[in-house]
Amino acid sequence: MLAFTVKRLGVALLVALTVSLITFSMIYVSGDPAIAIAGEGARASDIEAIRKFYGFDRPIIVQYVDWLAGALRGDFGRSFTLRQPVADIIFARLPVTILLGAAAIGFALVLAIPLGVLAAVRPNSMLDRFALTVAVVGQAMPTFWFALTLILWLGVTWRLLPITGSDTWQHFVMPAIALGYFVTPAVMRLTRAGVLEVLASDYIRTARAKGLRPPTVLFKHALRNAIIPVVSLAAVQFGFMLGGSIVIETIFQINGLGYLAWESIQRKDLPTMQAIVLVLAVIYVLLTLLADLLNAFLDPRLRAA
Amino acid sequence: MSERILTVDNLRVDLPVPAGTLHAVQGVSFHVDRGETVCIVGESGCGKTLTALAVMDLLPARARRTAQRLELAGRDMLSIGERAMADIRGARAAMIFQEPMTSLNPAYTIGNQLEEALLRHSRVSRRQARARAVYLLERVGITAAASRFKQYPHQLSGGLRQRVMIAMALMCGPSLILADEPTTALDVTIQAQILHLLAELQREFATGLVLITHDLGVVARIATRVVVMYAGEVVETGTAAAIFSRPAHPYTRGLIACIPVPGRTRRGAALGTIPGMVPSLVGKSIGCHFASRCDYAIDACRSADVTLEAARDAGHLVRCIRHAELPALAPTRVAEAAP
Ligand SMILES: Nc1ncnc2c1ncn2[C@@H]1O[C@H](COP(=O)(O)OP(=O)(O)OP(=O)(O)O)[C@@H](O)[C@H]1O
Ligand code: SF4
Ligand SMILES: [Mg+2]
Repeated sequence: MLAFTVKRLGVALLVALTVSLITFSMIYVSGDPAIAIAGEGARASDIEAIRKFYGFDRPIIVQYVDWLAGALRGDFGRSFTLRQPVADIIFARLPVTILLGAAAIGFALVLAIPLGVLAAVRPNSMLDRFALTVAVVGQAMPTFWFALTLILWLGVTWRLLPITGSDTWQHFVMPAIALGYFVTPAVMRLTRAGVLEVLASDYIRTARAKGLRPPTVLFKHALRNAIIPVVSLAAVQFGFMLGGSIVIETIFQINGLGYLAWESIQRKDLPTMQAIVLVLAVIYVLLTLLADLLNAFLDPRLRAA
Repeated sequence: MSERILTVDNLRVDLPVPAGTLHAVQGVSFHVDRGETVCIVGESGCGKTLTALAVMDLLPARARRTAQRLELAGRDMLSIGERAMADIRGARAAMIFQEPMTSLNPAYTIGNQLEEALLRHSRVSRRQARARAVYLLERVGITAAASRFKQYPHQLSGGLRQRVMIAMALMCGPSLILADEPTTALDVTIQAQILHLLAELQREFATGLVLITHDLGVVARIATRVVVMYAGEVVETGTAAAIFSRPAHPYTRGLIACIPVPGRTRRGAALGTIPGMVPSLVGKSIGCHFASRCDYAIDACRSADVTLEAARDAGHLVRCIRHAELPALAPTRVAEAAP
């Protein structure tokens, strides 16, 4: 298990490094960054001054190493437009986004896994059909529309929850449901398919042949093997939610990373965009690593890889 | 009279299939006494596995099981509920499966899976369960049992896994073991070892053993009694001595003629070189199931169902209308002999 962990960690580091390289080159993909900062119709001398100030005149490789060294220390440079350190901007927003993402994936798993298991244990039952309905509706309904429906019912009609902001945990309930419900169908179907497949396997027959009770057969012998693909899916979806919650963050006016990304793009604030992409990518790599380790814990055959 | 462990009377298993109903087991009857080894033989698909699964009540959910009687150690297994049946499974009747590579859970150590069987059925500590598991691992011929105990199934060869399955079956000291072709998936060299082991343990623990196998050579050596199945039916049953010295059914005679002879036949050669195909088990059929392949078939064989009749020896039953005259008969259909 130790060798496995070290190996996976190495791979994760390599991926993170590659991502950082791509992220860094973002700044040159869209043309000369000095011109972009200076804006339309700037004088050549101003552009030159900006180029010197930000160090764009140095060799690219030097700039990259410099930027990477900074990033490793948590220094992502200064925002072009907000005139403050990018790190300060990002780390003010990151906890909110992570909290929202965690709550959303938590909600999705808590809803989807039991439904998927029940649907698999009683295929074609009423419950299975109900679960299927949940899945179909979840896939068909646009996120923003679902979010607005939630606001209308829970926020306006029944006044159960606050509608906008991110001050208390209550503020996270609706956004988390709106964001999490979107991944529920995929998780549920994967759980259902996994449990169905495992329940038909020979070792489940062995477990039953030992006289084990149905709950032991299901929870000890079936679920552990059936959940493995779900772990990977959940990690990927969690990653997507962190980067892709712009709509939800906008609707509920949550000042998270998604919203910041949207603002930065509009302001052409390259250092901030770079930092967001890098931070999200590193989190993504870490999530994948975590999923791999968890799966290796669940299935000893994976530890050899 | 010896102690009756298992009574199976008129067992039927039906499976819904797209084309209709598949009558996989059609009125099978046999019994097992303490200390006996009853071998079930027959070609692939004749219903051996489903018969064993029906006894354990482990049939696929879609399958429908009916029987006149199904008793384990005097206990009626047809009327008891699923909970009571689960108390019997593993404790009084254990099963060893055809597929050693996939019959163990990849996620748990073999030690865990062995202990679990005993912990489920008796009030023993984990330490006691472990001690029994290690003892049985040694008994089934696994060296360094204590360290194997901590290994996962994927770290073991097929032969070792099947030994683990045998040890698992013995954990609670069952009175009946159903072994479904325990060696077909294994190397030829390992096959004999495993079968010897089973026979030895069966004697030592005085269990009743139902051994399903393709290997008539093995049957001749270890069977007390033999049940020959063909297309879902028992076509002949009797003591091993009677079956091998005076086989009464043309199918049995065909099987015995195909037994590999040491030195002359390749080891592990497939049984069933009887020409022809097994009839479909879907829907109703009339007459002797074997008629399409039988060298002695006459019109009467196809016009009415054939019942099991007593043959010459005590307890020897055969499903063939011509069994009495058979020894003196010439085949109605002569195989095209090569010049
Ligand atoms: N789950 C199932 N669904 C449909 N048909 C099945 C199923 N299991 C078995 N059968 C059919 O039932 C018949 C008897 O199957 P069974 O597995 O008992 O044969 P067997 O004698 O054990 O054969 P083998 O020697 O190959 O193991 C076969 O025709 C098989 O195709
Ligand atoms: S009943 Fe007829 S067809 Fe069937 S085995 Fe006997 S002789 Fe052959
Ligand atoms: Mg079989």
